[in-house]
Amino acid sequence: MNVLSQSAGSSELSGLEQETLFCVVSHMIPSSEELGLPGAADPKIFADILRSAGRDLPALRRALHVLNEMARQRIDALPPAEQTALLNNLRSVHPDLAGVLEAVTVRCYYRDDRVMTSLGMERRPPFPIGFDVPQGDWSLLEPVRLRGKIYRDVN
Amino acid sequence: MLNAMRNEPVDVLIIGAGASGAAVAWSLADTKMRILCLEQGDWPRSSDFPSASRNWEAQQSEDYSISPNRRGLAADYPINEDDSPIKIANYNGVGGGTVFYAGHFPRLHPSDFRVRSLDGVADDWPIDYQTLEPFYALNDRMMGIASLGGDPAYPPKEAVMPPIPLGRTGEKLGKAMNDLGWHWWPSDSAIATQEYQGRAPCINLGLCGAGCAQGAKASTDVTYWPEAVRARVELRTRCRVSRIETNDDGMATGACYFDPDGQERFQPAEIVIMACNGIGTPRILLNSASERFPNGLANSSGLVGKNLMFHPYAQIRGHFDEPLDGYRGPPICIWSMEFYETDEKRGFKRGYSYQFSRGLGPVRTAINGMADGLLPWGEAHHTAFRRLFCRSAGMVSVCEDLPEEINRVTLDPRMKDSNGVPAPKITYRIGENTQRMLEHSVARGIEILKTAGARDITHRSPLPYAGWHLMGTARMGKDPRRSVVNEWGRAHDVKNLFIVDGSIFVTSGGVNPTATIQAAALYIADQIKTRIYDLFE
Repeated sequence: MNVLSQSAGSSELSGLEQETLFCVVSHMIPSSEELGLPGAADPKIFADILRSAGRDLPALRRALHVLNEMARQRIDALPPAEQTALLNNLRSVHPDLAGVLEAVTVRCYYRDDRVMTSLGMERRPPFPIGFDVPQGDWSLLEPVRLRGKIYRDVN
Repeated sequence: MLNAMRNEPVDVLIIGAGASGAAVAWSLADTKMRILCLEQGDWPRSSDFPSASRNWEAQQSEDYSISPNRRGLAADYPINEDDSPIKIANYNGVGGGTVFYAGHFPRLHPSDFRVRSLDGVADDWPIDYQTLEPFYALNDRMMGIASLGGDPAYPPKEAVMPPIPLGRTGEKLGKAMNDLGWHWWPSDSAIATQEYQGRAPCINLGLCGAGCAQGAKASTDVTYWPEAVRARVELRTRCRVSRIETNDDGMATGACYFDPDGQERFQPAEIVIMACNGIGTPRILLNSASERFPNGLANSSGLVGKNLMFHPYAQIRGHFDEPLDGYRGPPICIWSMEFYETDEKRGFKRGYSYQFSRGLGPVRTAINGMADGLLPWGEAHHTAFRRLFCRSAGMVSVCEDLPEEINRVTLDPRMKDSNGVPAPKITYRIGENTQRMLEHSVARGIEILKTAGARDITHRSPLPYAGWHLMGTARMGKDPRRSVVNEWGRAHDVKNLFIVDGSIFVTSGGVNPTATIQAAALYIADQIKTRIYDLFE
């Protein structure tokens, strides 16, 4: 982690902001031994989150700032139970800001190869191979046909 | 204007290269007139579309966001939408909104053109379904529409190619509709299901709403425009029109625009055709105020920018125990017109359609799941996610929005685009009739999903980021005091100025408007050709 610094106007999060975000994503999506899954704080995934905030960077900064204000100290210095309570409070009082934290996290978490594989997804873009979708049972339309015309006459 | 460089004159100047601009350009090309289209954006590049990237979901929040305010790209102009619960969605570039639409392609119904006569609300259109029918059919062939003939919700219409697959989702929801005895049918889709005029068939990328890398979806950059350009229509991109100029006779003389280098130019033209959608067109007309037209061009009625109609959407989604289609396949598979026509017992006039949709990618599943309280933070996250992912389906209701003058587009007094042109300001609120319609559609949607066996049913109403359909802001009519253009698209006040986009809609109907926008554009082009020798009389 970087040294603590303020970063308003910078294209990167400050050290304090990064540490706060690290704490948030650790709580949001922890690893799962049972499923063999990394958490969102996994070094590769977290690095992806840090470089991918994109247009959400200002809102992300605002969310982290509000969270630190609510904590009145570094959030990672709080006991885990208090961290959880604080994050629950943020989600309840500031759902819009919590939504930003969630969006920047899951956009990276759910494109990680390990996570995609565990979901049964192939590690590739949709194009050019595409996907199969079954045609389905067209005979299901028979009752609709039998009911007949439903549009309204205008003359 | 004083310092603008003056170009060589053209016969026809079309402003905007989207759904309607492309159709009118193609249709007029056979006149051999010199036709120029100015488009503020660029040609989209299919290799850049999200479906060609591993990063396909995140890109839809960045350069491929549906919100021009979020994208903020060079082609985009800002929109003040603070005073509207529904936010604008668009794409600025060749193809316009068709680059980002889902390809869901219903027509208006015959009753939509007669709402005053039938239901005592709004106004009748000065044209009817029968007038547009041949142009709907022509447009279906040009765009390459996949559909299944015999839908009892419409007068007979020709199917150009087989429909998109029902998939597991269509089957599941179709069975529920049968149990309820309610209408459903595979959607007419602007998606090639077989090779069609150089377009490859759909391979179920699932990302129709962010540009089709396969080229199967009928955006006008791959349908009308290649044909129009081959027929010698000139299309100049990255050229942003700021205003229309007029002469002492009250005729349009051409348009001022900013070229790709930011240089202001004047393009003289004999005929000017506006095709900039229901916000872009009134924006330019209002910004074209002059001594002769102090309230904006073609605005003697005072209706330019007024009667803005969206289609307020309600979204209802549920989750199932068995896997469905998930993120694969064209997102919208079937529609229902069960609640389309007026039934006074429902408590509102007119009605709505449903478009039924498949599932979501993992990112959108997670974002929605968290927002809806179905996906917790912490250790339970993974198990809960697996109960949602690839197991969701649902619908949106597309509610008819009645025209009201208080819903409007004006010029923002402060906000400007990168060329200094005033930004549009949207003032909009959902009317009482529409609100009741939204509530009805949520209740019926929940009933459908419960019948289908869904659990964890959620709804959003109105859907905020769904201001796709921009209509009514330069309405069509025979009375110059009550409309902006006449029954064939010519401005009442300026006899060589035409409007062909969704601005001219008198009412919105309860279905997606692109098929009707294009049919109307083809009809107006046909009228121009038919009347060419006395066009300005």
